[in-house]
Amino acid sequence: MTGFFANAGIYLPILLKGVWLTIAVTFLALTLATLLGLVWALFRTSGIAWLAMATRVFVEFVRGIPILVVLFYIYFVMPEVGLDLTAFQAGVAGLALTYSCYIGETFRAGIEAVDRGQVEAAKSIGMKQPLMMRRVVLPQAFKIVVPPYSNNMVMLLKDSSQVSVISVAELTMQGKMLASSTFDNMTVFTLVALLYLCLTLPLNFVMRRVEIAMGKAQ
Amino acid sequence: MIKLEDVHKSFAQHEVLKGVDAEINKGEVVCLIGPSGSGKSTLLRCINGLEAYQRGRISVDGETVDVGAPTIHDIRTRVSMVFQRFNLFPHRTALENVMEGPRYVLKEDAQAARQRATQLLTRVGLADKLQSYPSSLSGGQQQRVAIARALAMQPEAILFDEPTSALDPEMVGEVLQVMRALAEEHMTMLVVTHEILFAREVADRVLFLDGGRIVEEGPAGELLRHPKHERTQDFLRRVTHPV
Ligand SMILES: Nc1ncnc2c1ncn2[C@@H]1O[C@H](COP(=O)(O)OP(=O)(O)O)[C@@H](O)[C@H]1O
Ligand SMILES: [Mg+2]
Repeated sequence: MTGFFANAGIYLPILLKGVWLTIAVTFLALTLATLLGLVWALFRTSGIAWLAMATRVFVEFVRGIPILVVLFYIYFVMPEVGLDLTAFQAGVAGLALTYSCYIGETFRAGIEAVDRGQVEAAKSIGMKQPLMMRRVVLPQAFKIVVPPYSNNMVMLLKDSSQVSVISVAELTMQGKMLASSTFDNMTVFTLVALLYLCLTLPLNFVMRRVEIAMGKAQ
Repeated sequence: MIKLEDVHKSFAQHEVLKGVDAEINKGEVVCLIGPSGSGKSTLLRCINGLEAYQRGRISVDGETVDVGAPTIHDIRTRVSMVFQRFNLFPHRTALENVMEGPRYVLKEDAQAARQRATQLLTRVGLADKLQSYPSSLSGGQQQRVAIARALAMQPEAILFDEPTSALDPEMVGEVLQVMRALAEEHMTMLVVTHEILFAREVADRVLFLDGGRIVEEGPAGELLRHPKHERTQDFLRRVTHPV
């Protein structure tokens, strides 16, 4: 056990470099995925049939492909059609694309869960779709959506480890490299797991507080 | 002001309105009565453009109500609707509920909208509830906020869909009182209701809808006291003597 702590002191600074990259990838991918997800959800609930259908097909399509394959595709195939991304950019793009579809579905469910009567009341005072969404539907949908969205956030954070396959040196990648050079699998991967928990548990905690705060607000 | 000509409305195979003709004149209070499921709500929703209809024509001031047309939003600002289940915005206070339309649809400035919303809520007896959220109001209070919200649009007419049916009995009176006051100011109103006494007192005319058609119509006193059609007689007997 003393060995664990002694070595941990040496490994930690190296792994922390990976932690920062994990946070960066997660933060950027989450921001993009949330914005895109909102767009997908608004398209799907727009009442414009072809737009809703096209979005639905696209979302189902992306959701049916494993993240790893999406990452490989963006990193290895896209350069052949002239889209040359760094590993970091490709990682963020792949995660953002995939999660925009999960988050979009979450948002759509939230929008559809808002009482029909609210839509009718909004329409009956002359609101058009965008105003109705902004003033009436989305504020109520956000409240409904906080718990499943939190879940998406945590999943995205954990799935950010997948970008290690295209050699982004985030936490999991740093762990793998460190373990293969020290052969100290036990210490390294225990630290990696603990570091992930240091990210996910506070995130869970914060989102739980947000949920409670939104529940209390009218 | 509101005119229905041979209006047909179906849900899939189920034809609910089978050629409805009716007219509501400016300043008139018309009550629409009829059995449950006869299509009263559907009729109101068609007038407000919340449902599309398949045949015939509905017009407001001569302008055709068409759900798909860009004019629909403007028509809706001129004809307000009060719903059975109030449908207040739960994330906004009473005052904000009433201000919402003037502020964001009619684009009035905040100060003016607030002032008028306050006046309207005062008028429906809720001066002390401006900052209350719907969840902390009784049903009767919520419905009065909803009426104030409809009035805030300064509509030419208001449609009421069973405004008192979702209320506890002791709250029916306060809502009917507000509606009575509106009628006295000659607001144009089309009211779906089972409150026959209210209809007799307040309505100028009554329409009886059954089987997808207006079976009988006439001055309120006459139709409700001396219904001519057998189905009207049956219906009124059942509503006034439920046992
Ligand atoms: N959105 C809908 N889809 C299918 N059928 C409907 C819908 N709305 C109403 N209906 C049907 O239309 C008929 C009339 O309903 P409604 O207008 O609510 O009657 P009322 O208000 O007179 O009780 C009923 O048979 C009802 O089941
Ligand atoms: Mg009804």
